[in-house]
Amino acid sequence: MSFKHKHILGLEELTAQEITLILDTAESMKEVSERDVKKVPALRGVTVCNLFYEPSTRTRSSFEIAEKRLSADVLNFTLSHSSVTKGETLLDTARNLEAMGASVIVIRHPLSGAPWLLAKELNSSIINAGDGSHEHPSQALLDLFTIREIKGKIKGLKVVIVGDILHSRVARSNVWGLIKLGAEVRVVGPPTLIPRYIQKAKAKTYYNLEEAIEGADVVIMLRIQMERQESVYFPSLREYSRFYGLTREKLKGADKDVTVMHPGPINRGIELSSDIADDASSVILDQVSNGIAVRMAMFYLAVSAGRNQ
Amino acid sequence: MSILIKGGRIIDPSQGIDGKGNVLIENGKIKSYPKTTKKYENDLDVKVIDAKGNIVSPGLVDIHVHLREPGFEHKETIRTGCESAAAGGFTSIVCMPNTNPVNDNASVTEYILLKARTEGIVNVFPIGAITKGELGETLAQIGEMYQAGCVGVSDDGMPVMNSKVMRHAMEYVQAFDIPVLSHAEDKDLSGSGVMNEGEVSTQLGLAGIPCASEDVMVSRDITVAELTGSHLHICHVSTAGSVRLIRAAKKRGVKVTAEVTPHHFTLTDEAVGRYDTNAKMNPPLRGKKDREAVIEGLKDGTLDAIATDHAPHSEDEKKVEFDLAPFGIVGLETALPLSLKLVEDGALTINQMISKLTNSPSDVLNLGKGTLKIGDDADVVIFNPDQEITIDREEFHSKSKNSPFDGWKLKGKVNYTIVNGEIVYSG
Repeated sequence: MSFKHKHILGLEELTAQEITLILDTAESMKEVSERDVKKVPALRGVTVCNLFYEPSTRTRSSFEIAEKRLSADVLNFTLSHSSVTKGETLLDTARNLEAMGASVIVIRHPLSGAPWLLAKELNSSIINAGDGSHEHPSQALLDLFTIREIKGKIKGLKVVIVGDILHSRVARSNVWGLIKLGAEVRVVGPPTLIPRYIQKAKAKTYYNLEEAIEGADVVIMLRIQMERQESVYFPSLREYSRFYGLTREKLKGADKDVTVMHPGPINRGIELSSDIADDASSVILDQVSNGIAVRMAMFYLAVSAGRNQ
Repeated sequence: MSILIKGGRIIDPSQGIDGKGNVLIENGKIKSYPKTTKKYENDLDVKVIDAKGNIVSPGLVDIHVHLREPGFEHKETIRTGCESAAAGGFTSIVCMPNTNPVNDNASVTEYILLKARTEGIVNVFPIGAITKGELGETLAQIGEMYQAGCVGVSDDGMPVMNSKVMRHAMEYVQAFDIPVLSHAEDKDLSGSGVMNEGEVSTQLGLAGIPCASEDVMVSRDITVAELTGSHLHICHVSTAGSVRLIRAAKKRGVKVTAEVTPHHFTLTDEAVGRYDTNAKMNPPLRGKKDREAVIEGLKDGTLDAIATDHAPHSEDEKKVEFDLAPFGIVGLETALPLSLKLVEDGALTINQMISKLTNSPSDVLNLGKGTLKIGDDADVVIFNPDQEITIDREEFHSKSKNSPFDGWKLKGKVNYTIVNGEIVYSG
């Protein structure tokens, strides 16, 4: 099959076959990363702009390495959070980048839907590197890739996502991706942070961590955003950690080969007890290197689709 | 000059008229319903309009319009807003006070009315603010604004969060016998919400405004209206809960009236699609059950009026991230065909529908409009309810084009709009 999406904006709009194609393509890209000369000419002559409205060292670096391994010319454009509401509009900024020759724009933006605005108004290929509380497709794809690598499959797995589902773009993308590939998805967290309408995505809702973890093959821990702590979603970090922090004890009911994942960076002692964080860290490092392969695959497929249109 | 409107179907719910006939307009007033027309047809001083196949009804009355002047003339002016109204078949419009400066004192009211007299082509009735600067704190100069021509008070766009301030406003207006119009919304429950809270907002990762945000405030306002005995009017009802509360209040005899917009009875939050900012308004488009409930409310009389909440915004303001786009859509030029669709779908009779756009809204604010009574001002609309049209934003007379209905195929073409006996629009 051929990939026909010039933009990769979210997993919600991709089919199971398309997601699998990205994962399969990432397998070959991973092989490139293991060579001595880690470079292929797939994007030679293509200018890719990383347009980031939020600070993100990891995601941006991962995208940049992926771009360079595909021989693209890379332009980094990092703006402060406040420039979203002040000064030049997003469209004007992006049009400027296009005028400089960028034909692929990777965008990270604090407001949901920003990549859709660019996809509608510009000619470039748009890659969503995380928009507001909406989607973070490259993170979910690398999670799927890592799960498939460890477990050998995704279909039929019991996957638990723990934490702030309401504000999490990682959770939304993962829910879509996992369900499309046939996993059973459970979301768990304080009721204030679980959207009341998540059932539409066919994820099961839990408020008790032990119950949710029963028989789980994979547990994905979301990062608690410290800056939201002042809101009225839960009384204190201490209480959150008591009910939703993952400890060895709470993991007892899970499958014996359970894999614990975290998109990082970890708040040790809050989302994960320190010993579990140590166990999980090898997976986290796998996720980081898989992230490059998955992003290479995304560029390769989206740019090819753009050329064919 | 005189105008003879010949051979149309006259529908005037204010007098219970529905039948073929002729209308004669003389000196700006409805003169008579002549049985025969021959003698006028040969009179060079009489302009004859052949209304065959058309409905001839009182000019439409919109009690919820944002004209944006003074202060936001890049969105709309009193002139362009009136032109938009005329093109949509409206002959009387009521403009909200959230201008800059806010219409919270008589000098702003007088400015609006002066502009309307000199540049406007339809009747303009201003609403004054409830509180100074629409800040919800202290009462605006309500008495002076009433004397200058305001027909009601509202902090539209903003709720009056302080219940004591709302109580005093409702008591104070009794001296002038004008209603308080409520933008019913609990700002705390709405939070940073930008669309209806539901499956769509969850999927799009957008902060939601729950229906409860409106219901809580409608409930409070009804309770305060019961305490004070004042006339309360609920603006732009969007939820099933509000309809239920208003229906029950009316039943107990509370003096409450309410309006609904064409977009709330036509669309649901699914229309937001992929972050379409032309489907962003406040209150937001709701779910299927809410849409059904407001239609039911129109049908059983719980909702008195159809009002557009015409809210023009420029292209630049709307072509941004969904969270940053302002709330509101234009509505004057799409209201009639969308309302006719309710008739086509069997939800309302044509008489009910016309009543919700003429005498009924006029009665809410005591405007004395929305009628073809002999001797009254000749405000008339002549439209073909069966003619197919395609909504084209480029053809809007409004300065702004922010409509989710662009490209829609509907029925209902306005052929003439007549204000005070003058043809102000012909299609």
